[in-house]
Amino acid sequence: MPEHDVLVIGAGLAGQRAALAAAEEGASVGIISKVHPVRSHSNAAQGGINAALNPEDSWESHAFDTVKGSDYLGDQDAIEIMCREAPDELLHLEHIGVTFHRNEEGKMGTRAFGGASAARTYYVADITGQAILHVLYEQLMKHDEVHRYEEWFTTSLVQDDKGNVAGAITRNIRDGSMELFRAKAVILASGGNGQVYNPTTNALICTGDGIAMAYRLGAPLMDMEMVQYHPTTLQGNGLLITEGARGEGAHLYNANGERFMEKYAPNKMELASRDVVSRAEQTEINEGRGFPDGTVALDITVVPRKRIHEALREIVNVGRDFAGVDITTEPIHIKPGNHYVMGGVKTDTEGKTHIPGLYAAGEVACVSVHGGNRLGANSLLDTLIFGRRAGQDAAKRAHSIAQPAASETQLADEQAMIEGIIRRDKESGRRVSEVKAELGKIMDEHVAVFRDEAGLRVALEVVKELKEHAKNVYVDDKGTVFNQDVLGAIELQFMLENAEAIVISALERKESRGAQFRTDFPERNDEEWLKHITVATGGGGPELDYSEVTLTQWEPEERTY
Amino acid sequence: MADYTLKLRRFDPESGKAAYWEDFGVDLPPERSVLDGILQARSRDDGSIAIRCSCQAAICGSCAVRINGKTALACNTKLGEAQDMARSRRGREEITVEPMGNFPVLKDLVVDMDAVHWKKVQRVVPWLLPEGDPPEREYIVPAEAMIDITQSMACIQCGACVGACLSLEADPEFIGPAALAKAYRFIGDPRDGQHEERLKDLAEDPHGLYDCTHCFACVEVCPKDVAPMNQIMRLRRMATSDYEIKDKNSGYGHEKAFVNLIEKYGTLHESQLLPRSYGQGSLIRSQVDPSSLKQLTASLPTVIGGLKSGKVSPVKALIHHKLPDQKQIRRIFHEIESEDERLELNLYIVGEEATEEEGAMAEGKGSET
Repeated sequence: MPEHDVLVIGAGLAGQRAALAAAEEGASVGIISKVHPVRSHSNAAQGGINAALNPEDSWESHAFDTVKGSDYLGDQDAIEIMCREAPDELLHLEHIGVTFHRNEEGKMGTRAFGGASAARTYYVADITGQAILHVLYEQLMKHDEVHRYEEWFTTSLVQDDKGNVAGAITRNIRDGSMELFRAKAVILASGGNGQVYNPTTNALICTGDGIAMAYRLGAPLMDMEMVQYHPTTLQGNGLLITEGARGEGAHLYNANGERFMEKYAPNKMELASRDVVSRAEQTEINEGRGFPDGTVALDITVVPRKRIHEALREIVNVGRDFAGVDITTEPIHIKPGNHYVMGGVKTDTEGKTHIPGLYAAGEVACVSVHGGNRLGANSLLDTLIFGRRAGQDAAKRAHSIAQPAASETQLADEQAMIEGIIRRDKESGRRVSEVKAELGKIMDEHVAVFRDEAGLRVALEVVKELKEHAKNVYVDDKGTVFNQDVLGAIELQFMLENAEAIVISALERKESRGAQFRTDFPERNDEEWLKHITVATGGGGPELDYSEVTLTQWEPEERTY
Repeated sequence: MADYTLKLRRFDPESGKAAYWEDFGVDLPPERSVLDGILQARSRDDGSIAIRCSCQAAICGSCAVRINGKTALACNTKLGEAQDMARSRRGREEITVEPMGNFPVLKDLVVDMDAVHWKKVQRVVPWLLPEGDPPEREYIVPAEAMIDITQSMACIQCGACVGACLSLEADPEFIGPAALAKAYRFIGDPRDGQHEERLKDLAEDPHGLYDCTHCFACVEVCPKDVAPMNQIMRLRRMATSDYEIKDKNSGYGHEKAFVNLIEKYGTLHESQLLPRSYGQGSLIRSQVDPSSLKQLTASLPTVIGGLKSGKVSPVKALIHHKLPDQKQIRRIFHEIESEDERLELNLYIVGEEATEEEGAMAEGKGSET
């Protein structure tokens, strides 16, 4: 039975940063991930990371842009912390080896990004997330006091009888063995839930595991209705074209050749915040000014060719390999697509959830720094700042308490649960893939850029029905070694918990703010809805509640770009 | 009739049976990926097909496999192209998919990355070792240096190059293309303070820098244009030209011997190559230095074998012809040596500064991978 002071679940940027921070504070740390850490979805963050590092910039300006971007739903105390600590975190990354782009003076150079009043996005070509993830993993390889459990799948969290978190139950994917990991603190860093939607920019592993596990333990989820649709994704497969393309100067056109952002955001144009650009595109498409394949065009050819090859190299590859388009010579067709969940497990600014000893950081968490809409290049920052803070606080907790008692009953229960799935007959139920496909479709149809009560009700009914189906899905793989089939059945249940929380929160918020646009309530309504919606499991299912939005120095104003 | 047939290499370690082939019909358009095909087979026909995959966009590096015998990412290979390749290379319709070479197989298409790839990465001390305390702000370094090492930072650790490496097939202990490309990421990084130590370490390792045979397999299969072999060659040039590391593997001597012979004869004087390599490039040194004499003696069986089989004749070996206009060769040497900086052939960064021809060359290369 492995035992650590701090157990981190998930090894993307938030998880690795948390593990390193906790180890630095002298805690013994275990980091568990269902994939090898460098396969984590932090890889996909292309464009960069925001920090007001330039002497002419200020953290206050960064914070205000973030508050405005969030449509005033972000908690300003948390946003202030993130933006104030950003420059030091960035320098730390540089010092440990991230190969940030340099300007002619040899200092770190920036690019422009959406919703920002200054060019404060630092980057490594268009592989920023990958570069940081791999450098953090270099540090993990260096610090062998952090124990890595790679390709271990966590099925549930464990509490002692006083309600403290006491560890987690996991399955070693390589041999199917199950373990109870004991810990004084558990940090969830397991990422978002994009797979609830289809298509999505998110990787297959983004199934909201941590959100669901915390929810099952009774931790409230917050802002779950706030699901970001990224303005530039490929039709069909949902692959991401970085916002960096527009940051470098690319334009958006409808099928009539009009640069339509002039109508929606005359000042910031293509670099308005993501919710604004996505809505503009969807409006053009819905009103018949899109291309027949339901897209609009992103024209990157206006960016100098050398600059494209230097700064948007990955997009050249994505265009060539996945859309058959040479972006240096022709426009590429794009549309809004599911990308990021602003909501997640509610935490304070130290990453603490409502369950003693349980922390969350990164996309799994909702601090909330992104509120109704996340600004591009703020997600990497969120993972690192709050990953570090959670790691530090968890280590502090571990130094002050004894190892909580974790009973082995739950391990036996989870083992039985998995064996139960494996033993089911072919006639017992549907295939995992069928249920998942149905879920993705209904979410993209009714819980996307534009929403209304009728559509949300349909989605909720379908989700509830699919929850029933998920209880008896059938799997083919009866083995123990790399049984990905049975893990898929567990992930499906996690996804459905996420979906339900998203839909009921979206139904509850009867206004339009950030990523939530209700066609039946098209205005923002600060009087009634300047508050967070939380969901927690009660006796009879999900229960809704509210939480105050923390305002420090910025009163809500009308939001124009 | 399905659009495509995927012939998958199956292996279940728990069955006690050997690996076998199994066909799956797939109905997808030609622009969809081989991974999409495998996932369709998994969701429609058999959920027990094992393959690591996540991003489906060639950035997570999970799904490297062999498709029609060639190592590639399954998500980055289109079904249509894979079928064309099956027809042209193997004269058949089915697209074969099997696990990568040079790795133990765990199940179906899943290989043991830890036992090979990650062990080798760990070998090159894969973290930055700066000299002294960090500056208050960022390190000031040339923009080109950061762009330059971004090529090896672009590596997604998929292991395709490791799976395709021919040297690794001959010497499983070879540090290999991925780990050496990773080493370049530090040795090319001006912030690292251990360049010479790192180079010495890799040059002296019998399975290190000089174990690569320039076969280009890694360059050809890399899905991210990291060109591991090019990074290895750059490490060699740094080891020999910048730090004059005279390694016991005769890597230094071999390079000097090659360069000296071409300068002198215009073509390779093969009977001199071996002694000169052992003598740090010099023919005389090779015959007076005890350690190189020892190496020479040890090579005698190879020489005798060559003579016996008629591969080498004594006359040809001793009297080597010179090119008719050796002056032109000297001129090339002179021109290259008179450059301020060493010329590095780097096709990674192209743009409007590149001439038409260079740009076209690089583009041609890009569309192959």
